[in-house]
Amino acid sequence: MTGPLPESVSGPLVEIRKLSHRFGTHKALNEVSLNIEPGSYTVLLGPSGSGKTTLLNIIGGFIRPTEGEVLIRGRDFTQAPPARRPTTTVFQDYALFPHLTIGNNVGFGLRMRGVPRAKRMARVKDALAMVGLADAVHKRPHQLSGGQRQRVALARALVVEPAVLLLDEPLGALDLKLRRQMQDELKALQKRVGTAFIHVTHDQEEAMALADHCVVMNDGRIEDQGPAERVYSRPASRFTSTFMGESTLLSGKILDLGMDEIRVDTSVGQLSLAGAGEPGFDVSLAIRPEHITLVPEGSSISLGEATITDIVFQGSFKRVLAVSMKDPSVTFIAKLRSSHGLAVGDRVELYATPADMVLLSR
Amino acid sequence: MSESQSGRLLPWALVTPALLWTLVFFIIPFVAMFVLSFMQHEDGRATFENYRQFFDNPSYWRALVNSLQVTLTVTAISVLLAYPFAWILAEIVPVRYQRLALMLAVLPFWTSYVVRSYSWLLVLAQNGVVNQALTGSGIVDDPLQIANTRGATIIGFVHFFVMLLTLTIFANLKQLSPSYRRAAADLGAGPVRVFLHVILPLTLPGIMVGAFLTFVLAIGDYITPQILGGNNELLMPQLIMMQIGRRGDFPLASALAIILMVVVTIAYIICSRWLKIERT
Amino acid sequence: MRAAGKILVSAYALAIYGFIFLPVVVLVLFSLQASSFPIPPFTGPSLRWYEVVLSDRRLMSALFNSVAVALLSSALAVALGFLAAWGFARHHLPRSGLMRGLITLPLTVSYLIIGMGLLIVFNWAGVPKSLIAAGIGHVVINLPLCFAIIYSQMGDHQVTLERAARDLGASEWKVLFLVSVPVLWPAIFASFFLAMTFSWDEFVIAFLLTRFDTTLPVEIWNLLRSGLNPRTNAIGSLVFGVSIVLALLLELVFFRRSR
Repeated sequence: MTGPLPESVSGPLVEIRKLSHRFGTHKALNEVSLNIEPGSYTVLLGPSGSGKTTLLNIIGGFIRPTEGEVLIRGRDFTQAPPARRPTTTVFQDYALFPHLTIGNNVGFGLRMRGVPRAKRMARVKDALAMVGLADAVHKRPHQLSGGQRQRVALARALVVEPAVLLLDEPLGALDLKLRRQMQDELKALQKRVGTAFIHVTHDQEEAMALADHCVVMNDGRIEDQGPAERVYSRPASRFTSTFMGESTLLSGKILDLGMDEIRVDTSVGQLSLAGAGEPGFDVSLAIRPEHITLVPEGSSISLGEATITDIVFQGSFKRVLAVSMKDPSVTFIAKLRSSHGLAVGDRVELYATPADMVLLSR
Repeated sequence: MSESQSGRLLPWALVTPALLWTLVFFIIPFVAMFVLSFMQHEDGRATFENYRQFFDNPSYWRALVNSLQVTLTVTAISVLLAYPFAWILAEIVPVRYQRLALMLAVLPFWTSYVVRSYSWLLVLAQNGVVNQALTGSGIVDDPLQIANTRGATIIGFVHFFVMLLTLTIFANLKQLSPSYRRAAADLGAGPVRVFLHVILPLTLPGIMVGAFLTFVLAIGDYITPQILGGNNELLMPQLIMMQIGRRGDFPLASALAIILMVVVTIAYIICSRWLKIERT
Repeated sequence: MRAAGKILVSAYALAIYGFIFLPVVVLVLFSLQASSFPIPPFTGPSLRWYEVVLSDRRLMSALFNSVAVALLSSALAVALGFLAAWGFARHHLPRSGLMRGLITLPLTVSYLIIGMGLLIVFNWAGVPKSLIAAGIGHVVINLPLCFAIIYSQMGDHQVTLERAARDLGASEWKVLFLVSVPVLWPAIFASFFLAMTFSWDEFVIAFLLTRFDTTLPVEIWNLLRSGLNPRTNAIGSLVFGVSIVLALLLELVFFRRSR
């Protein structure tokens, strides 16, 4: 069932159509639609309760959705049990079978598919070699470290050659250093095997490091999706702009329109930037911390004076919080080079380039 | 979330055998017993006679009182003996020997129940070990009558339940986090106060469960009173077996069994306040 | 004070150990003398009564019956208990709490009453007294125990393991036999062993429900009618010895490994 089907169906590998799911009265997913392209690395990013894990569980077949459809290679799998889907999962706690050796763990799926023993062992060996654990065949799960177990879980899920590999917070149980290292390995592995990965996480750094396609979820809906770079630099919603890294948010009203340009009246002054909208509309302007500077450069404009309230040293730069003099409810978040000599209480003038500002409807 | 993949039938296929077994071989017999307790032994007509007989006949009534007296005494003595013993095993004995010490303490558990009662008969008989030791050393002139008395029944019961309670109380004490004790000591409590204010209240629910178990098992037991207590005074299980064995009077036996169960249920309701603490 | 406390504690512990071991020591000691009464004074070691007991065909067939009833009834109790526990732990069933309560209900009722109820029903239905009838009774008392032990061990971790197995293509029965049973093996084994001990030791139900072919505890009971009897000492000591060997094996093979 999971062998490569004839690729007659051009189009997305996985097509999710208007999925909704309720747990009792709680709406965990609300009309979510999503396409997964062959060979892509998709990350579902969101805070806990955003519905990302529910979505993954529906794709894996562990939950049947209240409404909507899941199509894989054009076939409807919405009602199919996990065993009959061309998907496999890497679980958060890895779920390695404690009573089986590593070799038998990895070979489990092949055994279920009736692959003869000799062939099975060969493929198990290859899969373990692929994750760098060729010599662990006869060990048991409790003899391995967290990172090694993670690799075994990957090998076990990949050896059956699924159409899509689902990863449920796979790095959540690892410490920070190992997590970053495994990130790189995951990405490299995905490029090598070419299988589509769908990866759930709440860590935006992880998402940015891994995703070809980044899907930001909140409150059962997709807030934003696209290449990680675009989602970061030009977030489509207020939520994305603050969840996917930090942003300074300025609320305002559209005053009037020029040629491809609008003027926005904010509490720190009037700003002109490229965009479209109707006069009188409430909007927000999001500015990424690295786009705020202490000196005017090129076409940048002043954001007014502000008092520094907090400085955190972060290596090559400092994260600076400053409260606007014009509107004390606005706190600027800036990433400034460490070479600037700054102190809490200093008054500074801040600048940003309109082109770097993102216009968000509220 | 729904985990069932093979339709609605599989879960029922899994639980039905056990349910059916319980229904056919436990519920139906119980209902039969209940119905029978309202029937006349001779002609099977409906009657309250069996229950009336129990309340009218002082010797029947006496059996219940005996049972309650013996069982409550056994429960109290067993808890009082077992708690300090379990405490010594859990707190005084070095940790590496604790497993061994506990295994030794419950070793006689492995003898058969019938044999264990018989062994006490050997110890307590007219010409048994205790009496020979007493007369031999000149403490008493004539052997004491211990076997075939209520005292022998109590000793036999206490022997069994001290082992059982030691096990449960030991497990209870070991479950306590040492940080409770350290915290209490840190806050200035001496060993006695740590025990009274920390250890005892925390182990009380476990003790209640053990005591209730003792009560239930002891009040329904036929073997120990029959072997050690003899027929001088009857306890409820002996009275019930007598109706079945000698007279074949199942209706009266059923009524007595129902009365015994009601007593246990009342005990459960009284204890349930403490038994519930354990579950939360 | 310190020293006095220590002496007190040691004395207490020794006294309780003495109390616990007194009957067993007396049983075994007086099984080893040749005289016809197992009472003091001890008249020197002899295996006479062991020979008598081991060549007693009634006792030996009762021993065999006990083993057979214990093995079969425990196996059945574990199988029924495991399936039910799996069903209740993994599926949402209506009135699940009520049904679980029903299965564990026999735990609260004394063996005497369970045996009596079965006797009444078997009499009505014309089922003769037999080892099978006693075995049925033993499943009734052990099923709730096996169910409760195994059910209590079915945690969330195993749920993920079972999910993983399904995800990799296992059918429900393969999930059961390749994952759930092996992972829950300690609980299954423990409940089987416990059921074995209870069945092996059970007297009242076997007493009420068997007639000619009977189990060892009932046969020992029959010996007791003749009062103090060295044959009872010998068979009792044998049972004790075998049980201890089994318990030690269990400790060494099973609990050692699980630590």
